[in-house]
Amino acid sequence: MSPVKPPLSLRGLSKSYGGQLVVDGFDLELEPGRCHGLLGPNGAGKTTTLRLALGLIGADAGTVELLGYPMPDQARLARRKVGVVPQVDSLDPDFTVGENLQTYGRYFGLSGKVIAERIPSLLDFAGLAGKADAPILTLSGGMKRRLTLARALVNDPDLIFLDEPTTGLDPQARHLIWQGLRRLIAQGKTLLLTTHFMDEAERLCDVISVMDKGRIIVRGSPRELIAGHIEPHVVEIYGDGLGEWSACASSFCRRCEQAGETLFCYTDDPEKLVAELEASQGLRYLHRPANLEDVFLKLTGRDLRD
Amino acid sequence: MSWYPVWRRNFLVWKKLAGPSLLGNLADPMLYMLGLGYGLGGLLPAVDGVPYLNFLAAGTLAYSVMNSATFETLYSAFSRMHVQKTWDAILNTPLGLKDILLGELFWATSKSLLSGIAILLVVWVLGLYADLGMTLALLPVALLTGFCFAGLGLAINAVSPNYDFFLYYFTLAITPMILLGGVFYPPTALPAWLAGIAAWLPLTHAIELARPLILGNWPKACCRMRWRWWPMGRWDLPPP
Repeated sequence: MSPVKPPLSLRGLSKSYGGQLVVDGFDLELEPGRCHGLLGPNGAGKTTTLRLALGLIGADAGTVELLGYPMPDQARLARRKVGVVPQVDSLDPDFTVGENLQTYGRYFGLSGKVIAERIPSLLDFAGLAGKADAPILTLSGGMKRRLTLARALVNDPDLIFLDEPTTGLDPQARHLIWQGLRRLIAQGKTLLLTTHFMDEAERLCDVISVMDKGRIIVRGSPRELIAGHIEPHVVEIYGDGLGEWSACASSFCRRCEQAGETLFCYTDDPEKLVAELEASQGLRYLHRPANLEDVFLKLTGRDLRD
Repeated sequence: MSWYPVWRRNFLVWKKLAGPSLLGNLADPMLYMLGLGYGLGGLLPAVDGVPYLNFLAAGTLAYSVMNSATFETLYSAFSRMHVQKTWDAILNTPLGLKDILLGELFWATSKSLLSGIAILLVVWVLGLYADLGMTLALLPVALLTGFCFAGLGLAINAVSPNYDFFLYYFTLAITPMILLGGVFYPPTALPAWLAGIAAWLPLTHAIELARPLILGNWPKACCRMRWRWWPMGRWDLPPP
């Protein structure tokens, strides 16, 4: 037993919809002050897990404790200190930036005065200083996401849920969001992040849980996952003559798999393979270190999940 | 009172768009009342012992309140739930579904009360009443009517998969109420079988309360309410 209660603890959680098990015996315990990633293909059960954690739906089996409160019974108490950045934009289009924060803060029972005092620093944090009177319709996609992040902080939460916070953003906007999230981690907030961007998870998360079919398949730091589940080097090969060449590829690497017109070779020692590829006509290749995406694809497969 | 921030949110949005919103809510019933009241009324003898315009005033008030509550809880609330995801955003805060529904219910009631007050102002200005003091009792009648139709509207909203579904409600409930509920003529003018149907419609009951107050009598009809305000009777809701 750790002396501090975990910000979120899910034990033996199960939930099914229409006879289909969406979350299947799920366990997760968050450590305070760290950024946790929840990765999984579409339909893996990530969103359902978040909804269970927030007490928006009840579980069929298992227990949820959010900030020490049993859910969903004490959701009202627990959510006072929780922030949520949802996947879909839910800003009030009829309000200005400042009015959005004001209105949202009232849902937490905060007084107008307290919220007004917090607004300048929230806008500063989100890179929206001076935009308090701007209508939502004039904001870019990136500004809206940042405002949604600021809105999730209006109640000064201890734990923040982020459901794909950078989906649909350009690289500049993503980097701005990441800077913001790093500052939150530095302030000691606990984050639970779902994302489809492996580089995002690799950059931000201290601990990553990969889930599929309602269960956690592996858990660890990004480095641990890469070191423990995949060969350190990847060579992607494509171009004319791949068909004939792929037959002998396995003699140069530990593992290879073909996806469409590309052959992925995973190896501990790429030198012989690269030399062979240099000598061959028509073939093109990309040699790179293995990353979290390779681990993810190895564990969850390359099949589409719609 | 945890529903209050939801009510307040809707009020603040309404305040921004109050001009067109008021016009839409009020111009339509007012034109019906004045156009039909003067135009058609000029061709008619006294109805229930008063000029047709005076007769029409109570029906217009009730149906204006009904329309206002209905549009708010159907189209506006549905947009907040499905299009703008306002409800989803609120559910991530300490508030629950019950707070949202109460906020919406009281907001739609407030907005429909405003429609009733606007018609009442016209009634006062044009002197369409028998007893000025008695017309004040129209305020609680408008409040109750708005509350009832806001509850009905939210219940329909809850089972509607999309905007088109609302047409069932408008065609099968709202339009029959406007045409059979006694807005334009006394229900006694209907053949018995139609009057029997009309007697079950909530708008009929609202008008049975409102009309005597304009004509200068205390209503006798209260005890004939056939519906207990059933949409509000139960809270089969998940925990907040």
